[in-house]
Amino acid sequence: MAKNPLELKWQEIPMGFVHSEAQSSLQNHTGSWRSERPIWAEEHCIRCGVCALFCPEACVRTDERGYFHADLDYCKGCSICAHECWTGCIKMKPEEA
Amino acid sequence: MGKRKGVESSIALADSAAMCRIEAISAYPITPQTHIVEHLSEWVNDGHLEAEFVPVESEHSAISAAMGMSAVGARTFTATSSQGLALMHEILFIVPAMRLPIVMAVANRSLSGPISIWNDHSDIMAERDIGWVQIFAENGQECFDLIPACFRISEDKRVHLPSILNFDGFVVSHMIEPIEYWTQEQFDAYLPPYDPQIKLDVRKPSAMGVVGIPEIYYEARRMQQEVLMQSTPVVLEAFAELEKTVGRKYNLVETYKADDADVLLFIVGSLAETAMTAVDNLRAQGKKVGLVRPRLWRPFPTQELLAAFGNVPVVGVCDRAMAFGMEHHPMAQEIRTLFYDAPNRPQICEFMIGLGGRDVTIGDMENILNRLLDVKNGAPVGPVDYVGVRK
Repeated sequence: MAKNPLELKWQEIPMGFVHSEAQSSLQNHTGSWRSERPIWAEEHCIRCGVCALFCPEACVRTDERGYFHADLDYCKGCSICAHECWTGCIKMKPEEA
Repeated sequence: MGKRKGVESSIALADSAAMCRIEAISAYPITPQTHIVEHLSEWVNDGHLEAEFVPVESEHSAISAAMGMSAVGARTFTATSSQGLALMHEILFIVPAMRLPIVMAVANRSLSGPISIWNDHSDIMAERDIGWVQIFAENGQECFDLIPACFRISEDKRVHLPSILNFDGFVVSHMIEPIEYWTQEQFDAYLPPYDPQIKLDVRKPSAMGVVGIPEIYYEARRMQQEVLMQSTPVVLEAFAELEKTVGRKYNLVETYKADDADVLLFIVGSLAETAMTAVDNLRAQGKKVGLVRPRLWRPFPTQELLAAFGNVPVVGVCDRAMAFGMEHHPMAQEIRTLFYDAPNRPQICEFMIGLGGRDVTIGDMENILNRLLDVKNGAPVGPVDYVGVRK
């Protein structure tokens, strides 16, 4: 993968700041300013996927057992998943200061 | 010498754009620019120009549509004036940031209010810092000649920025002049086909106009400043090649009888031609007066202007737009800035002329030049002289 665009010197900016590499935005870890993270209580989770459906970052994904987790590189702690969860199995946990 | 014909400058400018083999045109009418896009619609409708002609619902859409067409690699042209240019404002900054080499003709006109369709430089002075290459033409021949120059500069790989050709609304746009047309062969020799360095292409996907978060926005803007500042040599090359092609010489800064002048007047646009006649009249009386006229306005030709002014002790600056709330108007601000670091700063006299189409006569220009001579002989500089305002 090419150099992280956020580390470019001004002389290295590509013409028109055109992004020609697919998925280069994945290098941009936008979860850094999260103040809370979602925690799933698996014993109450019915693996319906509503959390993943509503996640505005599309960063909630299943593991090999079909349970859901947030990719914390991109999760901003918006708590929409917790709000929408049918069983109430997602709780927001404050990040350590 | 090519064939000269009597033709309205707007029509000649449109012919010039068409002969540049433009591939995309966005068109919205506004006085006094309308004849340009009207005439281009005839080129397309009559089957003489194979171009996408997009009539849009506003100037905001005109420049946005132009961006889209330029982004897919088409040689793109549009034209506007005054309120139309102002309506384009937010998009104008994005075009050079995305390095899209659109060429736009701007028939300079006052901004409302009061409502005015007549000529001054209010519209373009408000768009000074948009990041486009900007050139001024003084007459119809220059409009015809400089459109291909704009495309050549804009599409150069080292520049790849949009450019604006400024010329005075009505005074130039609606004037019928004897204009020497280039042949199509001369156009084709001067202006090679556009070879876009960036473009939207499904075979090679890319994202244009992306967000610049605080960690990268600054670097992108710094790069944009450098590219525009470094475009001056390309402008010089384009002018040199133009001279080889049709024999007319264009400079970054034009002068008139400036070499031995005791005082120099800085003036932009078609009124420079009125001022030339005034200079001739005063020279006939033995008064050593001259003119400095910027051809290239952005990037600002600092060294060329300093060379043109030399060590002249008194400089007059003509403004044709107000900088409300400031004691010095736009061009005067620029000339004052120019001289701040100079070893021998001249005295600078400021004149507001020709606002909203007010006539400026040869006599007015003679008075201005005589005023500069008075200052050289010890008269006080005084505040901005609002020439011709009733009081």
